[in-house]
Amino acid sequence: MTRAATATGEYPNDLPRPEGELERLEAAWELPKGWRIVTAVNNTVIGYFYIATAFGFFVLAGILALLMRTQLAVPDNTFLGQETYNQIFTMHGTVMMFLFAVPAVEAMGVLLLPQMLGARDLPFPRLGAFAFWAYLIGGLVFFCTLFVGLAPSGGWFMYPPLTSERFSPGVGADFWLLGIGFIEISAIAGAIEIIVGVLRTRAPGMTLDRMPIFAWTMLVFAGMVVFAFPAVILATILLELERAFDWPFFIAERGGDPLLWQHLFWFFGHPEVYIIFLPAAGMVSMIVPAMAQTSMVGHRLIVVALIATGFFSFGLWVHHMFTTGLPALSLGFFSAASMAVSVPSGLQVFAWIATIAAGRLRLTAASLFVLGFLFIFTLGGLTGVMVAMVPFDWQAHDTYFVVAHFHYVLVGGMVFPLLCAFYYWAPAFSRRPLSERMGKSAFWLIFIGFNVAFFPMHISGLIGMPRRVYSYPAGLGWDLPNLISTVGAFIVAAGILVVLADFLRNLRPTLTKSAGDVWKGGTLEWLENHTYGARSVPHVDSREPLWTHPRMSEDVKKGRYYLPGTMTGGRETIVTSPVEAVPQYLMRLPGPGWPHLIAAVFTAAFFLLLTVKAVALALACGGIVIAAMIAWMWSSDPASAGEADIGAGISLPTYVAGPTHPSWWAMVVVLLVAGALYLSYVFGYLYLWTVSPATWPTTPISMPSWPVTCLIVSGVALAAATRLLGSSRLLFALALACGIGALLVGLALDAWTQWQSGLRPSASGYAAMVYANAVLQAQIAGVVTAMGAFTLARLVAGRLDADRRVVFDNLALLWGYAIGEAALGLLLTHGFPRVAG
Amino acid sequence: MTGLQSMFAPMGPEAALIADLAAVLFVGAAVVLTIVVAALWFAMLGSSAARRGLAAERAVIVGGIVFPIVALAALLAYGLWVMRASVASPAASNAMRIEVTGEQWWWRVAYRDGDGRRIESANEIRIPVGRDVVLTLRSADVIHSFWVPSLAGKVDMIPGRVNTLKIVAKQPGVYRGQCAEYCGGAHALMALEVVALPEAEFASWLAAEGAQATDAAGETERQGRELFLAAGCGACHAIRGTRADGRIGPDLTRVGARRQIAAATLPATRENLARFIVDGQHLKPGNGMPPFRVFSAEELSAVVAYLASLK
Repeated sequence: MTRAATATGEYPNDLPRPEGELERLEAAWELPKGWRIVTAVNNTVIGYFYIATAFGFFVLAGILALLMRTQLAVPDNTFLGQETYNQIFTMHGTVMMFLFAVPAVEAMGVLLLPQMLGARDLPFPRLGAFAFWAYLIGGLVFFCTLFVGLAPSGGWFMYPPLTSERFSPGVGADFWLLGIGFIEISAIAGAIEIIVGVLRTRAPGMTLDRMPIFAWTMLVFAGMVVFAFPAVILATILLELERAFDWPFFIAERGGDPLLWQHLFWFFGHPEVYIIFLPAAGMVSMIVPAMAQTSMVGHRLIVVALIATGFFSFGLWVHHMFTTGLPALSLGFFSAASMAVSVPSGLQVFAWIATIAAGRLRLTAASLFVLGFLFIFTLGGLTGVMVAMVPFDWQAHDTYFVVAHFHYVLVGGMVFPLLCAFYYWAPAFSRRPLSERMGKSAFWLIFIGFNVAFFPMHISGLIGMPRRVYSYPAGLGWDLPNLISTVGAFIVAAGILVVLADFLRNLRPTLTKSAGDVWKGGTLEWLENHTYGARSVPHVDSREPLWTHPRMSEDVKKGRYYLPGTMTGGRETIVTSPVEAVPQYLMRLPGPGWPHLIAAVFTAAFFLLLTVKAVALALACGGIVIAAMIAWMWSSDPASAGEADIGAGISLPTYVAGPTHPSWWAMVVVLLVAGALYLSYVFGYLYLWTVSPATWPTTPISMPSWPVTCLIVSGVALAAATRLLGSSRLLFALALACGIGALLVGLALDAWTQWQSGLRPSASGYAAMVYANAVLQAQIAGVVTAMGAFTLARLVAGRLDADRRVVFDNLALLWGYAIGEAALGLLLTHGFPRVAG
Repeated sequence: MTGLQSMFAPMGPEAALIADLAAVLFVGAAVVLTIVVAALWFAMLGSSAARRGLAAERAVIVGGIVFPIVALAALLAYGLWVMRASVASPAASNAMRIEVTGEQWWWRVAYRDGDGRRIESANEIRIPVGRDVVLTLRSADVIHSFWVPSLAGKVDMIPGRVNTLKIVAKQPGVYRGQCAEYCGGAHALMALEVVALPEAEFASWLAAEGAQATDAAGETERQGRELFLAAGCGACHAIRGTRADGRIGPDLTRVGARRQIAAATLPATRENLARFIVDGQHLKPGNGMPPFRVFSAEELSAVVAYLASLK
C-alpha cells in the first residue's frame, strides 16, 4: 500500500484504462427500470426513498402539531375532542421519534456513508432495503390508524398501567407495541449495516483517525441503537404479553411494578435523544469546515466527546423519573450524570465556534441553519441543565417547560442540522442545488417561528400548565403564551412549505449527473458519484483528501485508483481492516431482487395482523416471510472466484471466512443486540424481586439436571460439528441436528418442569418473569433451528464445505450464544430463588 | 392571588427554595447564552486577533471543558443542598397527615380527626396555615402526579407505592393544583384546590367536616334527598348520616361547602351541579358517572337544592 497514491505521482492503476471497463462497471450497477425500481438495493436509491419517507412522516407529524396548536390557541376550545387530542399528541410524539427522527438520521447514513467512505455500497444492501420497506409499510399503516380512531392514546412513552388491558382496552395500544416494536427491529437492522459498513468498507488508507466525523457519529449512533433499543423491545414484549395473556409484569397487586416499564423505557429513551442528536452533530461537523474552508478544530477532542456522550447517555435514564419518589441518593447520582453529559456537547459547540473563527464562514443557507442550530441547541442544553437539577425538575417536570426544552434540543439539535444537510448535500445527489434564496427565507421563517412558538412554552409551563392537556381554563395566565405559541407554529409551517417548494422546484435526484462539488468540500462524497460510488476507490492519506490532493477528483474519475472496474463481473466493494483500513477482501454484493421486498411486506403484514388478532392470517404471512428469506439467503455466500487485482499489485481474495468476513461482524453485532435484550430481562427479573420479594418462591423447585445435561450435549455437538465440517458430511449433519435438538429439548424440559410445579404465568410478577425467560430463549432457539435447517440444506446442495463455510460460521456463533443464554437463564431462574430465598 | 397555579408565586418553603434556585439558573443560562452568541459573533466578524484566540484548541478546552465542569459542579452542590433542605428535613411533630388518592379523574382526600376517625372528602384539601402537612399520596388506578406549584414540586402517585410530600402554607389563601402525569381521557380536567385556613378556623372546619350531613332543611331539600336515594346515587356516593354509602365516586357529605365541582373544573353553582348530573359525560368525557336524565326539571332542581344544602 505504500506504493499507492503519493506526491510522486504514482497511482495504483495505469492509464489508459482498458476498453469496455467502465461500461462493464456501469452494467453491473445498472438500476432496474421503471416501476421495478422497487427491487433496487443500491444505497443511493434506498437512501433517497428512505429520506423522502422520513421527511414525509415529519410533515405528517407536523400537521398533527398544527392541529394541537389550533386547539390550544384559546382556552376552553372545542376544535378537537378529548380522545382525538389524546390520540394526536400520542401520534405526534411517536411518529416524530420513531418514524421521523431515527429513520431520518439512519437514512442520511445509508445515503452518505458509502460515498463518504469510498465504498461502492453498504456491505448488506438487501438488509438495508428490507429495513426501509418494512419501515415504510409498517409506518404508513401505523399512521393510518389515526384516521379510523384506532390510534394509541397513552402518550409516546406509553406508561402502564394506563396502557394495560384494563385501562386501555382495544387495539390502539397494541398497534403501538407491535408497530413500534417492529420498526425498532428495522432500526436495528440498519444499525448493523452501518456498524459493519463504517468499520469494514472504508477506502484503503482511511484509518480511524482519518475517518470523517459524520462516520464516527454514525458508528456511535449505531452502537447506541444496538444497546438501547433492546431495552424498549423487551419492554414492549413484556407489555404485550401482559395485555394479551395477563402476565402481570406491571400490575402492582400481583407483584409487578409500573416503574419497571419506566426504567426499561428510559434506559432506551434517554440514549434515544443522543441517538438522534449525534448524527446531526456529525453533519454539522462536516458542513462547518466546508463552509469555513478549514479543517475542524479539535477533531480528536470531538471524537472523544462523541464516544463519551454515547457512554454517559446510558447512565441518566432516571432523570425522567425524578418525581417518582426515588431515594435522594440515587437522585443525586443521576443529577450529576445528567449534568456530566452536557460537557461533551458544550465541547462540540466551542469546537464549531473555533472552526468558524479559524476560517471564513460563507453565509450560505446551510451556514444560517448551522448558526440557528447553535443558538437553539445551546438554549435547549441550558434548560437541560435546569431540569437535571432535581428540585427544579420537581416543578418543571411534565409541564410545558419540558415541552419547550426537548423541542429546543430535538428541533434545534436535529431538524436544523437536517435542513442544513439538505441544503449542503443536495448538489451531491441532485442535478441542481437547492435555491439559496428560498433556503434563506425558509431559515428565517423557521428560526423566528420556532422561537415564537416554543420560547413562551417555558413560561406557560412554569406558571402551571401541564403537558398533554387538551384544554385549559381561562384566567390562569396561560391564554397569551398559548396564542403566541400557536402563531409561531404556523410561521414554522410556512418555512417548511418554502423548503418543500424548493424541493419541488430544484431537487432533481440523479445517479449520474449531480451538480457536484459546489462548496469545495474536502471529503470523498464530493467525488463524482454514480450508483457505484466513484469510478475508482482512492487511497486516503488525510482527513480531507480532496483538499490534500486537488487533482484527486479527476484521477478517480479516470480510473487511476483502486478497483476501476468490476473484477468478477458483478457488484463488488473493497473490505478493509477495521482500524488501519488495509484491503483484505473483495466482497461481491447482490443486485436487485424481489425476495427481500416480499419478506419486508409480509413481515409488516405479520405484525399488523397479529395486532388485530388475525392469528391464522398472520401465521400464513410468517410462512411467506420465512420462504422469502430462504430465497434471499440462498443466493448469498457465493463460491470463490479466485483472486482479484485491484491495483498497486494488491491481489484480494474473493472468498474469506471467519472474522475477516463482514457477515461474521454482523453476527457479532446481532449477538450484542440479543445480549443487551437478555440483560434487560435479567435487570427486570432482579428489579421485580427488589419490589416484591414476597412473590418469590421459598421452596425452589428441583435442580434442572436434565436441562443442564442437554445444554452440555448441545455444546459438545457444536464443538464436534465445527471439527467435522471438513471431514465427514454425514457426521457433521448428525452433530448439527442432535446438538440443536438437545438445545430445544433442554429448554422445553425446563419450561415443562416449571409448569408441572404448578407455576402459572398469570399468578405473579415472579411467575411471569420465569415464563418470559422461556419466551426469550425460545426466540433465539427458533432462529438457531431455522439457521440449522438452512445450513443442512446448503450442505445437501453442495454449497457448504470446509472452505465455503460462512453460513456455518454464523450459525456456530448464534448457537454458542444460545447455549450461553440458556445456561444464564437456568442460573437465574433456578439459582437466584435459592440464593435469595 | 387566589387560584394562581404558578411556581413564581411561592407560598411555601419548598416552593420558595425552588423559586430562588430557578432565578439563579435563569441568570446563569442568560450569561452562558450571551457568551456563546458573543463568541460566535467574534468568530465570524471579530478582529483577526480575537478570531485567532477563539480558533485555538485551548479555547475549545477552556470554553467547552473547564468552564462547564466548574460551573456545573457548583450548581450540582447547590441543587443537592436545596434537595436536602426540602425533602430531607423531617416534618414537625404536630404535623397534620392527609391521605390523597389519585383516581381517574379526581382526588379522594381523607383526614383523620382527633380520634383517628377517617373523614373523607374530594378535590379540595383544607390545611392549617403555618403547620407542616404531610400528604400520603397513592393511586387507585393509573399513575397520577400531585402538583400544587405555589406550595411544592410535584410527586407522582403510583399504583402499589406510597409517596409522601410535606407542604406548609405561609399564609391563608387558595392554591390551585393539577394532575401533572398524563392519566388518560380527562387528564386535562383533573385539578384541585388547596385551601389554607388560619389554625382556629381550620379546627372548626375539620370538626364540622367530620360530622354527619346536615339534615335536609326544607320540603324541596327533603324531596331532593329522597330522589337522590331512590335514583341509586348512593351506590357510588356517600353522604354520611343517610343510606348513601357508595365508595366509587366522591363523598358528597359536604359537597355544598366546596368551592368547585368535577375536580376543580367547574364552580360549584347550582347550574353546574345540575349540568353535571344530566350531562356529565359532555362536561368531562369518560368520567365514571352515567348521565342521569330520569329527573324532571323540577326533580332535578330538588336534587340540586339538596346537594347545595350539604354544607
